Amino acid sequence: MKKTNRIGSLFDPSIMAPAVIDSFKKLDPRHQIKNPVMFVVLIGTCLTSGLWIQALFGKGDAPAGLILAITLWLWFTLFFANFAEAMAEGRGKAQASSLRKTRKDTPAKKLIKPSHGVSYTTVSATSLRKDDIVLIETGDMIPIDGEVVEGIASVDESAITGESAPVIRESGGDRSAVTGGTRVLSDWLVVRITANPGETFLDHMISMVEGAKRQKTPNEIALSILLSVFTIIFLLVTVTLLPFSMFSVSAAGHGEVISVTVLVALLVCLIPTTIGGLLPAIGIAGMDRMIQANVISTSGRAVEAAGDVDVLLLDKTGTITLGNRQAVAFIPAYGVSLEALADAAQLSSLADETPEGRSIVILAKQKYGIRERQIQDIEAKFVPFTAQTKMSGVDLGDGRKIRKGAVEAIENYVKMLGGAFPEDLKSTVETIAKGGGTPLAVCDNNRVLGVVQLKDIVKGGIKERFAELRRMGIKTIMITGDNPLTAASIAAEAGMDDFLAQATPEAKLKLIREMQSGGRLVAMTGDGTNDAPALAQADVAVAMHTGTQAAKEAGNMVDLDSNPTKLIEVVQIGKQLLMTRGSLTTFSIANDVSKYFAIIPAAFVGTYPALGALNIMHLATPQSAILSAVIFNALIIIVLIPLSLFGVPYRPMPANRLLRDNLLIYGLGGIIAPFIGIKLIDMILVVFHLV
Amino acid sequence: MNWNNGIQLLIYLIVLVVVVKPLGTFMAYIYEGRPAGVNVWFGSFEKWIYRICGVKDDVGMTWKEYAFALMLFNVLGLIVVYVIQRFQGFLPFNPMGMTAVSPDSSFNTAVSFATNTNWQGYGGESTMSYFTQMLALTVQNFVSAATGMAVLVALIRGFVQKQTKTLGNFWVDLVRTTIYILIPLALVLSLALVWQGVPQTLSSSATATLLQPVKDSAGKPVIEQAIALGPAASQIAIKQLGTNGGGFFNANSAHPYENPTPFTNFLEMLSILLLPAALCYTFGFMVGDRRQGWALLAVMFLILVPCLVWSVCIEQQGNPLFAPLGIDQQAGAFQAGGNMEGKEARLGIVNSSTWSIVTAAASNGSVNAMHDSLMPLGGMLPLWLIQLGEVIFGGVGSGLYGLIAFVIVAVFIAGLMIGRTPEYLGKKIEAFEMKMASLVALIPHVFILIPTALAVMIPAGKAGIANPGPHGFSEILYAFSSAAGNNGSAFAGLSANTPFYNIALALGMFFCRFWLIIPVLAMAGSLASKKIVPVTIGTLPTHTPLFVFFLTMVVLVVGALTFFPALALGPIVEQLMLNGVSI
Repeated sequence: MKKTNRIGSLFDPSIMAPAVIDSFKKLDPRHQIKNPVMFVVLIGTCLTSGLWIQALFGKGDAPAGLILAITLWLWFTLFFANFAEAMAEGRGKAQASSLRKTRKDTPAKKLIKPSHGVSYTTVSATSLRKDDIVLIETGDMIPIDGEVVEGIASVDESAITGESAPVIRESGGDRSAVTGGTRVLSDWLVVRITANPGETFLDHMISMVEGAKRQKTPNEIALSILLSVFTIIFLLVTVTLLPFSMFSVSAAGHGEVISVTVLVALLVCLIPTTIGGLLPAIGIAGMDRMIQANVISTSGRAVEAAGDVDVLLLDKTGTITLGNRQAVAFIPAYGVSLEALADAAQLSSLADETPEGRSIVILAKQKYGIRERQIQDIEAKFVPFTAQTKMSGVDLGDGRKIRKGAVEAIENYVKMLGGAFPEDLKSTVETIAKGGGTPLAVCDNNRVLGVVQLKDIVKGGIKERFAELRRMGIKTIMITGDNPLTAASIAAEAGMDDFLAQATPEAKLKLIREMQSGGRLVAMTGDGTNDAPALAQADVAVAMHTGTQAAKEAGNMVDLDSNPTKLIEVVQIGKQLLMTRGSLTTFSIANDVSKYFAIIPAAFVGTYPALGALNIMHLATPQSAILSAVIFNALIIIVLIPLSLFGVPYRPMPANRLLRDNLLIYGLGGIIAPFIGIKLIDMILVVFHLV
Repeated sequence: MNWNNGIQLLIYLIVLVVVVKPLGTFMAYIYEGRPAGVNVWFGSFEKWIYRICGVKDDVGMTWKEYAFALMLFNVLGLIVVYVIQRFQGFLPFNPMGMTAVSPDSSFNTAVSFATNTNWQGYGGESTMSYFTQMLALTVQNFVSAATGMAVLVALIRGFVQKQTKTLGNFWVDLVRTTIYILIPLALVLSLALVWQGVPQTLSSSATATLLQPVKDSAGKPVIEQAIALGPAASQIAIKQLGTNGGGFFNANSAHPYENPTPFTNFLEMLSILLLPAALCYTFGFMVGDRRQGWALLAVMFLILVPCLVWSVCIEQQGNPLFAPLGIDQQAGAFQAGGNMEGKEARLGIVNSSTWSIVTAAASNGSVNAMHDSLMPLGGMLPLWLIQLGEVIFGGVGSGLYGLIAFVIVAVFIAGLMIGRTPEYLGKKIEAFEMKMASLVALIPHVFILIPTALAVMIPAGKAGIANPGPHGFSEILYAFSSAAGNNGSAFAGLSANTPFYNIALALGMFFCRFWLIIPVLAMAGSLASKKIVPVTIGTLPTHTPLFVFFLTMVVLVVGALTFFPALALGPIVEQLMLNGVSI
């Protein structure tokens, strides 16, 4: 499968270069104020910049060189945080511009009434409005989103989905939605427009990937509150440290009061700048990963909610089982040999291109060694399936008329020819139906030869996927129109936790509501119009891109690959998003321990020489200690940009183990790493005589 | 630390753990209205109180109504305490003829007792009449403790109930706590204290003739000594149980009439942690998962026990400055050894150190040794325990609801780290809960750091300092920490009975009590309106050793990061300087 939506490596220069420029633009206070942590850094940096200028005129509260060094690194801190955000946005923009290329102003053939064959006027696509009718013929671009009202055509949707194989779009049923920017490859369609220009799926997708409409998600807001509180606490700590220092100096009788520059440096080191600076990038990158998984989400909220899903509702057909039933057994009538039945069934299906027909030919070959024959070679005439006869078959040159079809249709057919449906087969038919299969009868003229058992085939590998969901703590429920017996057998075969049989739209809706009132978060995938109410009710609703417009509108995500098990990836991306935030918050706070050990002795050793004992890293001088902490604080943002863009890896495992692992890496690691980092920077500063 | 110390500590901790389950279960029965002895025998008395007061005991309150009733009751109580002090000269039970207390001291004391702090800027036996001690102070000892427990119960209901607006009835919780839990326990304890020799009388002070006359500062010979008496046992029992800590006498539990024997010392230390520890079990019982209660208690022990051990070790080690002088500080048959400055010789190192730690942990604030005279790090431990937000045991009720605010912060971070919207006990933790929990964690820090900064800058603040240098800084820091933590213990040394300190400390006590209670109740209201999310394997378990460890780290890290610079300039540098001399 070819994916066109993928974005290149992290260090793609076409993204890096504009990101650098954007990082400068983002220094605008109106932008910074959206992020309280970084806004505090900005104010502090402006303050030290002023102090440096003052120091140049000879009245500095610290040596001008030190103030300049600290100030520069504070500007870098701001710049690096902006750069992270700009990088994340840049990756989104790169995708958006590739999408935008598909949004050309195409001429559209506007019809006066919804039928094929009436005259049309050629208008610009931008002049089309909702409910207009257009004709799209071979080679035409579909001008704007719509619903097929007449016709059937193959459509190349690779511009949207990245999938190069053409798809069929036809009126009625679940494959009636067409998307603007895609191209009709053969035949024609009459389409009713469902979106005004600027409101189409493509437009929506572009604005999503650009992050233009990005709003803070509930979790992000709660985290911002926590980060603000930490910022306030450390603001308090540093502001009150000035009077404490003044008192200490007067009490000790010697030493110097801590300078404002050092206080600002301490403040910036303590407040959670790592997570504060990377927070916007993490959110944008989460959406980005979603798009790379070919899922378009209408809100960040839905992405986040995906991480919390407890229950997953899946439609049976096309999701758990292959879309079509397959022949699994031939059951001959009394007195008929198995080979005769298989032979007749195969003959009747040779020219039958339906999946059921193909599966009969394959079964005959695999189980009974009846090799495929060419219909021309045996001078046979194919009788196709029609809605009236509900049968198909062949008329052979020797006068045999072989038919296969629904049991009822064959029974009527043989009766008409003076035959009768054998009694012994009737019980077989019943048994098959009860077991969840579909019986197809086969007859040769007026003689019924037997039945072919068709059965739902559970998709390969699906059981493992559900097992993975179970390890994540997600319960899977199958939804099917089948009777409970059939449903139970398929659910068991696929390894689902539960099933809802004989499901009507009302029953689905009721099930979701019950789950939700029990406090569960429900995810659902669906494609049909009859799924729409349930999709609208579900917390995370993934509509298949191949589905109807109604389904897509009701859902809060659209899967461009139309792969129902995609929800597993959606859940993982949602979890990754939260985990990245949590882990970096822990890391950021854990870092503070070492910064105290760097800065506090440095700031007060002049007043109380005994405090030199706290300089456990043995940093060279008070100046180098403070500068090393500030430099580490800035550089760690750059170091962690890849992690914030790609996310903390998620593997399904019990919550307790996941927490243990992440605490070890980001908690303990967060305490230890800066001790090493600050010491190294200090050594480098000393080696190059920078302090 | 020697064997003797270790065994004493161990016995104390074991007895404490043993009583947690029965007492915790009993309290849960009381709050859930299940029959538990006293509430059957005195049930009609309880109903009679509601009838007299016009309380509709079967009507639930929303969090706002609950908070309003609570504030009304506490502010009225505060005013009554103030008025009684100001008019005690005209009121009965005043055999010593005490006159009105000064306005700023009365205000300070009124706030102090209403907020369960019991900071005492005055000396009890030389300031307060028996009427004031009994009807103003002892009454507040009961109801301020009951207020804290009521808030905790309201918060528990927030977790237990789903999709409701009410949190129970404040008046019912207040009355039940007082008459079924506090009065019976206090009655038993005060009888035990009286048996051991604590006075309980309304007669005026006794006079004794000195065997060996001394001279006073003016050079006149003194031949008689007045021995202060009063209704002490009844107040001491509740001051320990209700984590109040306000002594009847100025010397508090170092006074032989407050704490006459090793047995009373043990009983009083036990009563300090009794209710805060047992309430953890009550919490677990009421939320239907006792492991949750044990987990929170485990967090408390994880912080308490190392502090206890460390404190005893530091004090037993003695003062390094004495070593060059050839002073014997070794424990032996004839002396406890160690740093005995400011300690009662009859109580010794281990009982003084243990008391200093548990009284700080539990927001009790009673003292049996002078914290000012502890070794610098020995004094830092109680100071830091207070600064942790009084959540390691903490005040009755208030300690646990404070710790739950930290739990909210911890599950939020932990929840993010495992990729789920955080939840605790099935309740989703969202922006509103985070805001309220943040306020609970933040407000005490504000009221410790800012007033301390103010006090070290202005003359009125610096005037109170007894010792120069880092120690003087510690004295001020301790005073404001004690007020903000609603602890009430003093570092001593600081002359705090001045208008500046009386008012600044009172404001700290008031806001750190009620600006925490209101967010906690708001959080309870929000939690009660939520659904309960069923547990799956994706749910973060909050009773595991891992979570206990994580929560402990959150409490420690927040406390350490906030106060490390201040502590570095106070006790830490003092200890370093002390050690530096000895080398």
